[in-house]
Order: sequence, then C-alpha cells, then structure tokens
Amino acid sequence: MGKVKRSPWLLHYDGSSCNGCDIEVLATLTPVYDAERLGVENTGDPMQADILLITGGINEQNAPVVKQLYDQMPRPKVVVAVGICACTGGIFKDCYNIRGGVDTTIPVDIYVPGCAARPQSIIDGIIKARDLFQKRSDEHDEYEKTHHGGAGEEKING
Amino acid sequence: MARKTVVPFGPQHPVLPEPIHIDLVMEDEKVLEAVPNIGFIHRGLEGLADKRDFNELLYVVERTCGICSFGHGNGYVQAVEKIMDVEIPDRAKFLRTIWAEIARMHSHLLWLGLQADQFGFESLFYEIWRIREKVLDLLELTTGGRLIFSVNKIGGVIKDIGDDKMKAILTNMSSIEKDMRVVQKTFMGDYSVQSRTKGIGVLTKDQIHELGAVGPVARASGISRDMRKLGYDGYGMIDFEPITSVFGDCFARIDVRLREVFQSIDIIRQAIDKIPQGELSVNVKGNPNGEALVRIEQPRGEAIYYVHSNGTKFIDRYRNRTPTFANLPALCEMLKGANYADVGMMVVTIDPCISCTER
Repeated sequence: MGKVKRSPWLLHYDGSSCNGCDIEVLATLTPVYDAERLGVENTGDPMQADILLITGGINEQNAPVVKQLYDQMPRPKVVVAVGICACTGGIFKDCYNIRGGVDTTIPVDIYVPGCAARPQSIIDGIIKARDLFQKRSDEHDEYEKTHHGGAGEEKING
Repeated sequence: MARKTVVPFGPQHPVLPEPIHIDLVMEDEKVLEAVPNIGFIHRGLEGLADKRDFNELLYVVERTCGICSFGHGNGYVQAVEKIMDVEIPDRAKFLRTIWAEIARMHSHLLWLGLQADQFGFESLFYEIWRIREKVLDLLELTTGGRLIFSVNKIGGVIKDIGDDKMKAILTNMSSIEKDMRVVQKTFMGDYSVQSRTKGIGVLTKDQIHELGAVGPVARASGISRDMRKLGYDGYGMIDFEPITSVFGDCFARIDVRLREVFQSIDIIRQAIDKIPQGELSVNVKGNPNGEALVRIEQPRGEAIYYVHSNGTKFIDRYRNRTPTFANLPALCEMLKGANYADVGMMVVTIDPCISCTER
C-alpha cells in the first residue's frame, strides 16, 4: 500500500436490487468487516462522493436517477457495480422492465460478482476502486499542472 | 397562514439504503400530507413465470428480497405443494421452521440496527450488527449462503442440519440471547431513545383495522394477529403466543420486535428439541394444475402467495402481496401532522422493504 493522498468517500445507491447486495454493502461498512479502515467513508451526498457503489440492474424509472447521481459527483470519479444484477442484469435479465447492467446507463470501472456479493469481494472491489481513484487523481493533477500552471497541485497540498 | 411547500424525500436518501420517494406537503415544520411514489425497483419478477418453469421459478421468487428470501421461497413452495396435494415429511417442516426463525432474527436485528442509526445512536447500531453476524454465521454453517440460501424445494428441503450443527445453533443462541439482553436494556432504558420514540407516530387499534396494517406494526397497536398461528410448517406443534403491545407508537414497535427476537430464540430451541428423524423430501411427479393461496408470517408481517397453474410446466400466474405494501397506507396516515425531523424515523419504523413491495 503506497502513500494515499486522499480518502475517497463512498456513495451507495440501490438500483433495482433485491436488497441482498445492499445489506452486504452495509455489513461491509460495519465493524466486523470494517471497510472504513481502508480510508473510505460512507456519505449520503453525491456532491461529496468519489466512489459510487451501485447494486442492482437498471430499469426505466431509476435510469434518470442513476444518471443524475453520476453527473452530480465531482471528477475524478469511480463506479463500482456490486452484484451480478449490477454487472449484467443477472437473474432478472429477461424481465420486461430491466434494461440490463449498470453499464447500459453510466460507465462502470469495476465489476464485483456474486449473488449476493460477499463482503470479502465487496472489500476487494473497494480496494481496487481506491487505487483507481488515486491514479485518476494523479492524472488530473498532472493535467492541471501542465494546462493551468499547477493550481490543482497547490489545492491538494494545502 | 404559512405557505405550503413540497419537500421530496428520496429516492436516494441517507436514512434508508433503498429507494422510496415520498412527496411531503409541508406547512412550516409540520407534514400535512405524504404522497408515496414507488416503482424505482420494479423489475417485473412475476412476469418471469412465462419464461421459467415452476421449479426454476422458485429461485427467482427467492430473489424477490434479500432479507426475507427464505420466507418468499417458503410461501411459493407451500402454494405449489397445496396444488399438487403433497404432504412433506415432518423433519422438513421443522427444518423450514428453524431456518425461517433464524431468518426472522437476522431481519429484526437488521431493522433494530437501522432504527438505532436513525436516531443517531451509532454505537448501538454497530453493536447490533456485530450480533447479527453471529446469526449470519449460523445460516452460512447450515446452508452455505449468507442471505440467499436456496434450501427449499417442492416436496421438502434439500439440506439437513446434523446433530453437531444443531449443537452449534444452540450454543450460538445462548450467546446471542446474552448479548441481546444488554441491547434490550439499552433500548428500553435509555432516555435519549425514549425521547425520540415515545408518543411519536401513534396508530390506534381502529386505525390499524381501517388501514389493514400487518405484522409488528399491527401487533404494536394491540392486535394479536400472527400468521404462524395458522400452524403451517412446524408451527402447529410449537407453543408460542403472538407478542403485542398497547401503545402503538415507535417505542412500542421497537419493544415488539425486540421481544420477537427472544421469541424466535425460544421457537428455535423448541423446534430443535422436538424435531423427528426421517426423510427430507418426497418425490413429486407431474405438473401442478389448479390454484392455491397461502398466507405466511414474514418478519415484516403477513405475506400472501397466489399461484394459478394449468397443468403444463409453466404456471399461469404467480402473485405476491407483501407486508410492506399493506403497511404503506399506515405510514402515510402516521406522517400526517408529524414533525419534519421525525419523518425519517417513521419511514424506518414500519420496516420498509421496498424491493419486496415493487418486485
């Protein structure tokens, strides 16, 4: 584990999941599995979030909600699809109201399989998301430095 | 006179992991009217009956909800067994009872944790979820799955619980009971819990009758209605009484659910004591032809399963009335005249399971 410059904040949204993965996401954040030791924190506000954990597939009514949440998050951002329904639509793929996985609506970076996804694999997904977020932040800083004379770098270091 | 404003609640809201949208018509801090809007998790699960045969449909039905997954499977297989006139072995009945009660404990502990989190008692929330992991460990030990464990089949169950595992359940039950006594003392004795919940969201017995609320919400208002008393599974051979309270407020609902956790522990002990040896399932031949309606008690209340079949592999119609759907009118009535600060608490207090409701 290298130097972590930032502690990414998580936003959790339940797409059209059966609750199984939601409850496991919550269990992951409580002390037995304790994902917060990795430096992440759960938040309810999309404007403050860096990582979007999304469970369940996309249907006609929640597609605009998911899109709006994604748009409200500041850049850089990482999207994690938790559970098989969020990855591909899973067992509900053939339902008339399901479009498919989350990637039909917003870009997804990390896929966590399972029905319901186990806390261990969710933690694995969060670690991957954190590293990816770090990488994207560095790229973003580099871009700011070359294009706007290092304003971004100054902001981070204080 | 103050101007009326509409404040949206949800679908993404910190109080609840699930999406429900309620339009709150407010006058200053008071809620005048609450208009729920559901459909964010509608998948069209019942429509899959056309595409999956009646055996496969069981696995779809179990994924109606990840919290009360066992109960949904149980209701569906009971309905199909009723159509096909199958009598399952006694051991299978008792095993279903044990799993149903462990699932009820896990659901109630989950709710108690969310409720504690709702009024800002973070450490109590963490403590309850720590205890809940012990319950989940038992489910994993006996079935292999933490939340969704397909152990039912039409004609019985597919897994047995051996003697050593029965012993493990009993040991864990004692340790859970000990931990829960401490939690009960905190919930019932802490003044900050009482100041947030006592006298809030009161529903009288008459209102419950009128609105048709079910489960712990009805029992907290003094209606002694528990579908387990119908005697399905092994409940007919087990001695228990529905738990009720008379006050009908949020505090009473916490009280009822806390005592139901202890009741579940008691039922599991009785079931392990009385379970007979024998077969796990009977052979079922042919396809169902006819219709059946089954009522069972889910952690959240009475759930109804209706199956209509035509003698082919595919059933015509599967229909499910879930307890949260029955409790939503009660929630809207409760919200009228409430303070805005109490809205989150009242929404949590009916133990909403939106993915059951919308399927």
